[in-house]
Amino acid sequence: MEKIIEVQHLNKRFGDNEVLKDINFSVHKGEVVCIIGSSGSGKSTLLRCINLLEKPTGGRIIYKGKNILDDKHNVYQYRQKLGMVFQQFNLFNNHNALSNCVVGQVKLLKRSRAEAEEVAMKYLRVVGMEQYIHAKPKQLSGGQKQRVAIARALSMEPDVMLFDEPTSALDPEMVGEVLKVMKELAESGLTMLVVTHEMGFAKEVSDRVVFMDQGVIAEEGPPEQIFNSPIQERTREFLKRTLNQ
Amino acid sequence: MSSEWFVRIITEYWPMFIRGAGITLFISIIGTLIGSLIGLVIGVIRTVPVPERGAKRILLKVINGLLAAYIEFFRGTPMIVQAMVIFYGAAIAFDIHMNRLFAAIFVVSINTGAYMAEIVRGGIISVDKGQFEAAHAIGMNHIQTMTNVVLPQAIRNILPATGNEFVINIKDTSVLNVISVTELYFQTKSIAGNNFRYFEAFFIACIIYFIMTFTVTRILRYIERRMDGPETFTLNQMQVATPEDLLRLDQKTK
Repeated sequence: MEKIIEVQHLNKRFGDNEVLKDINFSVHKGEVVCIIGSSGSGKSTLLRCINLLEKPTGGRIIYKGKNILDDKHNVYQYRQKLGMVFQQFNLFNNHNALSNCVVGQVKLLKRSRAEAEEVAMKYLRVVGMEQYIHAKPKQLSGGQKQRVAIARALSMEPDVMLFDEPTSALDPEMVGEVLKVMKELAESGLTMLVVTHEMGFAKEVSDRVVFMDQGVIAEEGPPEQIFNSPIQERTREFLKRTLNQ
Repeated sequence: MSSEWFVRIITEYWPMFIRGAGITLFISIIGTLIGSLIGLVIGVIRTVPVPERGAKRILLKVINGLLAAYIEFFRGTPMIVQAMVIFYGAAIAFDIHMNRLFAAIFVVSINTGAYMAEIVRGGIISVDKGQFEAAHAIGMNHIQTMTNVVLPQAIRNILPATGNEFVINIKDTSVLNVISVTELYFQTKSIAGNNFRYFEAFFIACIIYFIMTFTVTRILRYIERRMDGPETFTLNQMQVATPEDLLRLDQKTK
């Protein structure tokens, strides 16, 4: 299978604090990969390093055969190809729901406004927010905001979608609506890399699960292996801790 | 003091008051606008993330240093002195004889620019970090992030402070009488001097100043409310098309 993103020997330190230590992994086309692990294990940092919101201290990130950490590489064009969904939604507060999905297409992909609106409406329908296109972010609930944020990322028609704990800031009754949308996206064949605390989601939806602990990938494999018969002791302990809650 | 004098001064000199007030408003509006533009540009430049190395880093550091010097200098000296130095200084040193109104607008603009630069920088910093990240994540560069996402929000946030600057400018243009700009204070001084009626003339000027500042404050408050919009969104349950929807349909069928 075609590799979309390959991370080689990735390192990230904040001062003396080494958050990521020699990370190697890749995401293939059409694959849904979930990254799990306790807080502070470096999973969010890894995701943020992949789209360069954090600058890695060392290593390589290969995208379409090129190392995007080369100085010459155009960061802005690369980021257009990665859709990012944040824990705090981060919808553009000065734009309404439709405009949130349109502005990137018009300004960056140079689509006409009519075409961009058509694409935006298509994805707003996918996430079930087509009735709220004129609403400003402050008028929407958390779950609605996150669904619009997903539509915004999809509207750029990226190669891979990155989700950074998309349900962690939501009220419990809103987690379901967002997970449902993500499940549908996963089934549609979208390439997804999801950092999550939702073990049920990871177990059910992902093709592969990556368990991170203290800045390294402690174990990775199909969900059956990770959740039913983990090889590593620390994976077992982590799952015991989280699943017993 | 007698009310006769009020009536007499108003009936006799109202065109001078109006002209003076007009010049005052003109200088402060243009000065605040140009100053805000200067402030916006400087604010955006001062928030460009400094690269870790390379020629760009040195260039940016030099520019930031110059801008900081400009801000500190014009915030740290009185406008009345700046007016004298710029107007007479330009005439003596460079033989440039400025139009007095032009000089007035120039002084007010660069003075306001220095204050607005810091206000804009504060406004940009106050925008949630997530807004920058979301814009970067979608692939926008610094300028695109600023124009499409951050500045519209920053401008809303700094509107009260900008209104403050505007009001201060309306009042402080009075110091420009030192370079004989015929604004409201200058006019009032001549009216008062002609009649030896200082209290009456300046009391009228006082009221005119207050009317101008009060009106400006109200207008800005109204704009703020308009920009904020309603707090809640009501779903259009009847599925009635809005004018925008109709327009969009219209364009598609063409």
